[in-house]
Amino acid sequence: MYSFSKKLKLSAIIFMITGVLGIAYGFYSAPSTIADVQEIMMHQENAHGEAQVSNTNEHIENGEEANKEHNDESEHLTHMLHSLQNRPYSAVFIAMFFFFMIALGTLVFYAIQYASQAGWSIVLFRVMEGITAYLLPGSLFILAFLIISAANGHHYYVWMTPDFYNPQSEHYDEILVGKSWWLNTPFWMIRTFIYLLGWNFYRYFAVKKSLAQDSAKDLTYYKKSMKASIYFLIFFFVTESMMSWDWIMSLTPHWQSSLFGWYVFSSMFVSAITVIAMVTIYLRSRGFLPKVNDSHLHDLAKFMFGFSIFWTYLWFSQFMLIWYANMPEETAYFVPRLLGNYQLLFIGMLLPNFVFPILVLMNSDYKRVPWFIISTGIIILIGHYVDIFVMITPATVGDQWNIGIPEIGSILFFLGLFIYVVFTALTKSPLLVKGNPFLKESEHFRY
Amino acid sequence: MSSTTIQAIFDDDDVLLSAVKDLKAANYRIEEIFTPFPVHGLDKAAGLKNTRIAITSFIYGLIGLGFATWMMNFMMVADWPQNIGGKPSFSFAENSPAFIPIMFELTVFFAAHLMVITFYMRSKLWPFKKAENPDVRTTDDHFLLEVSTVNDVKTLENLLKDMGAKEIKTKA
Repeated sequence: MYSFSKKLKLSAIIFMITGVLGIAYGFYSAPSTIADVQEIMMHQENAHGEAQVSNTNEHIENGEEANKEHNDESEHLTHMLHSLQNRPYSAVFIAMFFFFMIALGTLVFYAIQYASQAGWSIVLFRVMEGITAYLLPGSLFILAFLIISAANGHHYYVWMTPDFYNPQSEHYDEILVGKSWWLNTPFWMIRTFIYLLGWNFYRYFAVKKSLAQDSAKDLTYYKKSMKASIYFLIFFFVTESMMSWDWIMSLTPHWQSSLFGWYVFSSMFVSAITVIAMVTIYLRSRGFLPKVNDSHLHDLAKFMFGFSIFWTYLWFSQFMLIWYANMPEETAYFVPRLLGNYQLLFIGMLLPNFVFPILVLMNSDYKRVPWFIISTGIIILIGHYVDIFVMITPATVGDQWNIGIPEIGSILFFLGLFIYVVFTALTKSPLLVKGNPFLKESEHFRY
Repeated sequence: MSSTTIQAIFDDDDVLLSAVKDLKAANYRIEEIFTPFPVHGLDKAAGLKNTRIAITSFIYGLIGLGFATWMMNFMMVADWPQNIGGKPSFSFAENSPAFIPIMFELTVFFAAHLMVITFYMRSKLWPFKKAENPDVRTTDDHFLLEVSTVNDVKTLENLLKDMGAKEIKTKA
């Protein structure tokens, strides 16, 4: 049985407290009136000596009319006010989603092990079950965030603005009206609820059966869990795509990409496998996982390597088709990212997400060296945080982005919560499953 | 005293594998093993060094990548500038998204083909080459083990028999 080390618990709590302070600072320092924005702009212009870049692109991708007057000063200021007010929300949402998707990705990896009757990974099942314990708190945070964003209209999901659907309004938007059968607040909320309920239900069911199998005499629970994992995977791959449209793609409501669901999934999956590897190495270094050998690490590192390449493949595929076709309604998404001031992040994230893992993890021997896996893992996780950041921020904060106290505070808070929840869950049950028919194969697994 | 090579035929891969391990433990020198299919763990048991073909594959991949980069630049930008997808910038960097699939494909192509050719050359295989295996049954369901000794041949033969060899003969 694992016991939550005091040091780790303390650092998790310190992370959470620091994080809350950072988040609070973010909300406190966001401007609340146009006068505040003017002051910030004055300050910025003095500091940089140049005016703001035109925010045309944001308007297009925020679903507002592209051809309206931009030099309207007060409208510009209102837009800046909304962008700056969005920043703390955005920071919280990105970190919230990032840690949520790690738990969700781990659950998918776990379900795939069951569905494919994999033999190598059984000794890692309790680690995975521990990480997925964060799914429930993560879901509740996401649900609360989405309910708040729908309720108080803080311009986070612009498509919720009633003006777009009013034929009398100058902001009337035919494209959004055409999409409104799917993208309307009540249906959107119901869908979110269904996704979260479905995923959490499978997690609850699978962990319960896994614990029951420990003391069972036959394979009834194992078989039930295996069947459930197949249904879960079918449910997941449909709902995951919809989730990515609803929560992330709808931030830029005019734009669409049929690859987007897979793109989000690849980021989710590689981050999840990285976290499984890191938690496994941590627990093994403390002597809690005597059955885990180098070959198990080798396989996890192979997955990290492979899915890093998979992510890059999707990153490029989505970009190349849109670049080649060069249609305005599609390229709008890439204008702030490739040409605007997200360029460094958008291109630069290839380094931690592709170049670094491919070079470090290519050699077979390095995949067995724990500190290699940990350091690559940290870089991969930073890279995929940036990936989620670049998916969300251009649509919500636009040119006003920064990675500062609100962002780091949010990461720290959710990191602390994640560590606290996961390692508390790991103390609840023995770290080696019993009664799984492939347990022996996994214990003897040698590459 | 010159060494003698004994050829022993087995009809089971597990028996063969344990025989190889025991011979190694008894300090016999294993010359060659002929099997109809790859036997898992046999390379380690026979004491073969790890293959270096992965390194050559990496190098060939880099050659392919370099070749593709040069080729696309020469064809599409330098020799006969072409308008790519309505983007007549005639610059390698600005049109690179269109070149990346080709660079990827040629990396894979070079790595795969040159690796196979390297493997053939390293294994001394070429078209119309006469087969080297001493017994035709090693392409069907038998395994042949060649082991050499400078000492008592009879002891080795008895040892192999105990290990489960079906036939034993001295190599001419």
